[in-house]
Amino acid sequence: MSQQSSCDSVLASQASNIYDVCIIGAGVVGASIARELSRYHASVVVLEKGEDVCTGTSKANSGIVHAGFDAHPGTLMARYNVEGARLMPTVCKDLDVPYVNNGSLVLCFDEENIPALQKPKEQGVKNGVDGLEILDAERLRELEPHVSPQAIAALWAPSAGIVDPFLLTVAFAENAADNGVEFRLNSQVVDVELPQKSLQDSLALYTVTYVDTTNPDTKEKSIRAKTVINAAGVFSGVFHNAILEKVKAHNDTTSFEITVAPAFNRDIEIVVRRGSYLLLDMNAQPKPIHTLFQLPTKLGKGILVTPTAHGNTLIGPTAVDIDNPEGTETSAEEIADVIGKAHKSFPEISLSSVITSFAGLRAHEVEHEFLVGMMCNGYFEAAGIESPGLTSAPAIALSLATEVGDYLNLERKKSFHPTRQGIVRFADKTPNEQGSLVDENPLYGQIICRCETVTEAEIVAACHRSIPVTTLDGIKRRVRAGMGRCQAGFCMPRVMEILARENDIPLEDVKKSGPSSRVLFHKTKEGK
Amino acid sequence: MQKQSSKRADDEVPNNMEEQIESSQRGKLRVKTESKASHEMTAEEVQAFPSCELLIVGGGPAGLAAAVSACDAGVTDILIIERDAVLGGILNQCIHNGFGLHTFKEELTGPEYAKRYEDMVKERNIDYELNTMTLDITPVSIDGVSAGCLVTTISKDQGLKRIFAQAIILAMGCRERPRGALNIPGNRGAGIFSAGTAQRFVNLEGEMPGSRVFILGSGDIGLIMARRMVLEGAKVLGVAELMPFSGGLKRNIVQCLDDFGIPLFLSHTVVDIKGKERVESVTIAQVDENMKPILGTEKEFEVDTLLLSCGLLPENELSAKAGIELSPTTKGALVDNSLQTSIPGIFACGNVLHVHDLVDYVSQEATLAGACAAQYLQERTAKSQDSCATEDSKAIVHVIAGNGVSYTVPSILRLEHLEETTTIRFRVRAVFSKAAIQVTLNGNELQTKKRPVMAPGEMEQVILKCENLLSALKRSRETGHLENILEISIVEGA
Repeated sequence: MSQQSSCDSVLASQASNIYDVCIIGAGVVGASIARELSRYHASVVVLEKGEDVCTGTSKANSGIVHAGFDAHPGTLMARYNVEGARLMPTVCKDLDVPYVNNGSLVLCFDEENIPALQKPKEQGVKNGVDGLEILDAERLRELEPHVSPQAIAALWAPSAGIVDPFLLTVAFAENAADNGVEFRLNSQVVDVELPQKSLQDSLALYTVTYVDTTNPDTKEKSIRAKTVINAAGVFSGVFHNAILEKVKAHNDTTSFEITVAPAFNRDIEIVVRRGSYLLLDMNAQPKPIHTLFQLPTKLGKGILVTPTAHGNTLIGPTAVDIDNPEGTETSAEEIADVIGKAHKSFPEISLSSVITSFAGLRAHEVEHEFLVGMMCNGYFEAAGIESPGLTSAPAIALSLATEVGDYLNLERKKSFHPTRQGIVRFADKTPNEQGSLVDENPLYGQIICRCETVTEAEIVAACHRSIPVTTLDGIKRRVRAGMGRCQAGFCMPRVMEILARENDIPLEDVKKSGPSSRVLFHKTKEGK
Repeated sequence: MQKQSSKRADDEVPNNMEEQIESSQRGKLRVKTESKASHEMTAEEVQAFPSCELLIVGGGPAGLAAAVSACDAGVTDILIIERDAVLGGILNQCIHNGFGLHTFKEELTGPEYAKRYEDMVKERNIDYELNTMTLDITPVSIDGVSAGCLVTTISKDQGLKRIFAQAIILAMGCRERPRGALNIPGNRGAGIFSAGTAQRFVNLEGEMPGSRVFILGSGDIGLIMARRMVLEGAKVLGVAELMPFSGGLKRNIVQCLDDFGIPLFLSHTVVDIKGKERVESVTIAQVDENMKPILGTEKEFEVDTLLLSCGLLPENELSAKAGIELSPTTKGALVDNSLQTSIPGIFACGNVLHVHDLVDYVSQEATLAGACAAQYLQERTAKSQDSCATEDSKAIVHVIAGNGVSYTVPSILRLEHLEETTTIRFRVRAVFSKAAIQVTLNGNELQTKKRPVMAPGEMEQVILKCENLLSALKRSRETGHLENILEISIVEGA
């Protein structure tokens, strides 16, 4: 019954284009907020400029669930990190996302730096991190046998973990969509207009204007919403500063004044910080057990060596500040830097096992603090969310959704489904279970990606979930076809065929990622 | 590591997939068994499975030739497992000519060459299963004696199947080295393909993956694709090769690049790829003797496509999982002169063993593997009555790669398997002119043959006569040598 009514409210919103909440951005932060808000009777729309959810910072990061000893006590960063790390196991269980509580180690390589391990430990204790312990060389090697002999002590954080960042974002979004949230992909927000009425007026509505990125020549579209949430990642600063400016202009010219919360009443500067990584073959041995950090020294912050939730080894990231908010290219220097520093922690890493390199962008706020909360009536933000943003996402979402819920006087809906069933992964099953899968669905008998043992059934399933997938990268993030050692050399034509068939589009229209990322040009002998 | 109980019900036979991936239990890291000893089963347990004498993994040129040869040598119960919808493997997309000059004394296209062997397989009524992926090979022993392998396959039609095979021939072929393994910096948009993937698109799917093309790597597939793309109306702006020499056959350089005016940039590599969603340009630079790009030598090409032809890697994930010893150089199995791997009853041939230049040599090698597997099966039957191998015939000779040689196949000669002649295949490390291939046994010259030109792109071979080797071994034994080393090396200035 209540589900029916919430569906009705969504349909009504679609018809009128008026929503209770408009979220800008479907990265892990926007998607997790959407999911938290889907617990309420509210019409929620998410506008995402990418062709899929999880196309910005969320798709290229370390996948670490940080314990929470890095952030300064008393900051939002510290609070959300520790809360997020605590929420993560349950979230991942409910949403069927791979999560491993492997623990982390901060490695110390010099006798003189051992005392420096105390600082993160003390910070962690103040932040509420459980189980922190400083290990001597012998204990360290017991826990991490292949760690560098040069590592002589470490800070052990048993509560740290690793998570699949793609599936976490997809799962948040799918569960939100299953619970009635509307996602508009390929929708790039270009303007947020303040309400023309007093913000205290219940009919005060923000106007959010966006363009269709697949067809930039078409007219701009807009929706109206009682509340707006800025979760735009590396672009969050742009939206923040634009709103701030509009509020100032408004207050200069209009009789009713808009008040900006003190924490938000400043221009913010988001520096785009690029981090390059190398991913190793799943079969490369030996593998690290824990997430291995390096104790920051005068020489720099160091890089991490970690297993991923799927059993690869990941090394990185570098930290290079760049101007281009979409500059995810890698450079030879950064790749060499990653390799050199990774060997310091884990000398047995074999470079012949590298299967890919990639770079991700972090929205580094110059004051290194999260901006989370209501900026002015009806306008909320989750801005400047850099590491530990992935870990913090569930906690940020909980806090923001509660705030929005209170603001709009939203009622919780009884029909909310907190769980999501992931796509059944053939490779994770025992032979007998695999046999049963094929008996139930013969498409499980057709291996499409040989490196990751991904079947046709999984790819077909990915095409028909609540967030649509039309791209190779979208498939790769969901079911790992193309993620393995041959990097899609084998499965690309096969996955494209399935995508074309399931979406009923010509093969030439199957893209790798965004609208310009066509893979095939035309049929042979057809000319241009 | 997973514990294995010694007795299991038939339906609980361990599968490496199971051991490798324990992640169905949330929160637990996957553990990979590094290598495994053969799995002990009883004869009754083994009999519960459908069986065959010889199972061949892969129905490409190697698998087909091996099957034909084993059949002709008297093996009646052969099964080929092929993951594709048709037999013939990669030859199906190699529609250019130049195949079969050695084997059939005529020039065939890839599909024609494959058809010849496919017909031979069909004439002999050899069984094969298409659209079937081999998931696991577990060596099995009965009462401590190796008995064969339990092979797990999967297909849409038959589901998950376990077959007990007395002997196995590995013929899975190879795959292309991807961009990641080359650590090429830059953007990661669409338009970067391994040459073989592009070849599949053009030749099998009838689709053009680009219109302005640059190629990194002068491997044969890259060279062939340079010509193919031009013939289909694309513009190929150049081929860059990291080494100071090409990795492909000379004839391909001439016929695919020179004839079409496509420049080859030796000692060059790609240093940047631009284009966030689709490739927009590729920048190359010259490299110094340490393969490091030289600043200031960059050239940018406006292209929408980059093809990679930077080497092939034998596809040995199954072999590694089965516990077969692999060569760090070839990434293929270590084999003896009967092409038997470190696990008795498992043989390897073709590109899964080492990457070949000509399919004719693949067929030759596979023919030997098929015959040796047949002999193995026959001897096994015979052995139970009469174990007559003398100490002498059990002797082995280690084959090692000497000066200028990167590897040899085989790496061990077992005298009990010595045929009238033994072919040892290898590749040289660099380009040699006016050199000779020298074979020594325990430091004494056995034979030397002049070779005017040798390059890493072309496979080399030496053929040893059994009688020469045996008499040399005898002389050597008289001088007190216990361990026999056969070394193949390149002598310059010959």
